[in-house]
Amino acid sequence: MNMQTFLQHFINALSLGGIYALIAIGYTMVYGILRLINFAHGDVFTYGIYFAFYAVVAFFFPWWMAFIFSIFVTALLGAAIERVAYRPLRNAPRISALITAIGVSFFLENFAIVAFGGRAKSFNPQTGIYPTTFLKMLRFGNIRVPLLTFLTLGVVALVLIVLLWIVYHTKVGMAMRAISKDITATRLMGVNADRIVSFTFMIGSGLAAIGGILWAMKYPQIYPFTGMIPGLKAFIAAVVGGIGSIQGAMIGGFTLGVAEIMIVAFFPSWAGYKDAFAYAILLVMLLFRPTGILGVDVPEKV
Amino acid sequence: MKRFYVFLVIAVVSLSVFAEEVTEVKIGAGWEMTGPIAGFGQMSWDGVKLAMKLRPTVNLWGKEIPVKVVLLDNKGDKAEAANVVKRLIDFENVPVILGPCTSSCALAAGAIAEQRKVAMLANTATNPLVTQNRRYIFRACFTDVLQGELLAKFAWEELKARHVVIMVDVAQDYVVGLANYFKKAFAKYGGTSFEEYYNTGDQDFTAQLTDALSHNPDTIFMPGYYAEIALISKQARELGFEGSLLAGDGADAPELIQIGGEFVEGLCYTTYFHQDADLSPATKPFVEAYWKEYNRRPDAFGALAFDAYNLALDAIEKAQSLDPEEIRNALASMKDFQGVAGTITYPEGSGDPIKPAVINTVENGQFVLKTVVRP
Repeated sequence: MNMQTFLQHFINALSLGGIYALIAIGYTMVYGILRLINFAHGDVFTYGIYFAFYAVVAFFFPWWMAFIFSIFVTALLGAAIERVAYRPLRNAPRISALITAIGVSFFLENFAIVAFGGRAKSFNPQTGIYPTTFLKMLRFGNIRVPLLTFLTLGVVALVLIVLLWIVYHTKVGMAMRAISKDITATRLMGVNADRIVSFTFMIGSGLAAIGGILWAMKYPQIYPFTGMIPGLKAFIAAVVGGIGSIQGAMIGGFTLGVAEIMIVAFFPSWAGYKDAFAYAILLVMLLFRPTGILGVDVPEKV
Repeated sequence: MKRFYVFLVIAVVSLSVFAEEVTEVKIGAGWEMTGPIAGFGQMSWDGVKLAMKLRPTVNLWGKEIPVKVVLLDNKGDKAEAANVVKRLIDFENVPVILGPCTSSCALAAGAIAEQRKVAMLANTATNPLVTQNRRYIFRACFTDVLQGELLAKFAWEELKARHVVIMVDVAQDYVVGLANYFKKAFAKYGGTSFEEYYNTGDQDFTAQLTDALSHNPDTIFMPGYYAEIALISKQARELGFEGSLLAGDGADAPELIQIGGEFVEGLCYTTYFHQDADLSPATKPFVEAYWKEYNRRPDAFGALAFDAYNLALDAIEKAQSLDPEEIRNALASMKDFQGVAGTITYPEGSGDPIKPAVINTVENGQFVLKTVVRP
């Protein structure tokens, strides 16, 4: 492999990893404060794309308004899921909440089949959803970099800064950190814990919508199961980075993106088993470093 | 004695109820209605719906009996496809089954139909293994042996392809099969080819394509399904590929153009049907009826499903029976069935008809007929 091909692979990896990172942050935020793996996150991601799609196709919003609309509505969807499915189980064993999350995921997928139809829809600039400039390819010598990659990296950086600011420098963030330590004690301090949890779900789901829109611009095919695999991958990314840690989710996302692309780059004949490698990484990580790259080992209270 | 009369009355009543009971003929259908290849199942079902409208009854024992098609969704999943056939036979008691579209599903579903001795008519499953050593499995399309040869010839002569990269979906029997037949045939012309691999449902092919393009192929051959073909074409063009794009019959869905947009312009693919191809006397009336019903172009999947439905009804009429075995025998001895996508005759001991193929291309966002190849 020459340098040029390697660099092209690296660019491809960054652009894939960036989106994984965005979705992984949503997983990690929810896990961080509730110790709940929200398996419906991938489906919330799918709904984010559909909302943006229908905002343009059915309501004739201009693209930027459609995107903001989608982020907002998806955030509300996240909060609604939390209210209906997870809040009643707040004091139930963790495994019940996990199973509920899987149930919510199945519900969302099948509801999408009924509501949006089983056939794939196209998220193309040609259908007028967004300007073609987003799909511009920039050339550096013989290396091609989609404008979208820069956009994705920019969004990831921005999201990281904003989230770290929220979590470490605001009152809401302080409440989030407190809830993650001990929800009952936090309530006793006069914090409305439910509202903080809702807020966290809204942030996570909003990020899923952003990730979804970027994903759909890159891979313009939307169907009710679009989010399933990216959702799983982002979950792996979150675990690899250290679930619960925002920086970890980002590092995990990029690690997974690079690993997936480089496996194909160096062993092209194994490309059909790309997903298997992602799951293998998850297994190895859980066996040898269950807390992930940045995770801290917190002793379990008995 | 009294008991005997009671028994007799019950017997007569139940017999007459039984005889009355054939007020409709049930036919089973299992298609890919949802999932990543939902387009195939949906198009097929549209074809069957039109066929049902044009021919709602079957002539059995001198009576016109209404036909009911029981449709189940196999989600494009092999295990589900087998379950669907099991349910159609065991619970719905259908004597003949239509579908599925894809070879992987047809292989899994066919195993069940074969075991339960009920004829299954796959509309578009092209892999040779689907009907091999199977007595009860038939298809309405050509096989990949023929398709691979046609594609190789077309690539060599028309596209002037010499060095081809084949994108192989390792999870689909159809794709692996077609890739091999193409490879063999293409090598006979003197062309070289190499393979890159992916899995159904993959969305990112940049790694495979970056690797492939570093070997400078002049053509990308994609024997997969439309969604992946659209995404591969897009990503290949974005990575600077300027050669030809070639695909098999898995490309034939409007989603190819909707998702692929400008990136699939010029793509050529083999298929079974095009509204401008004169394949049989039945083609034109079908095209007109389809336009009237749906106000869009008829597609290959719908056309073959339309043929499969009529083929099944013809077999029932020929057998004058709802016994699965007799329907199977009637199908096997079918001669010169006038299908809208060409005539169907099953050779002795085979479920594979010899049929013409169509090569289409994408021009200005439309599927345009390029040529018809007759065997």
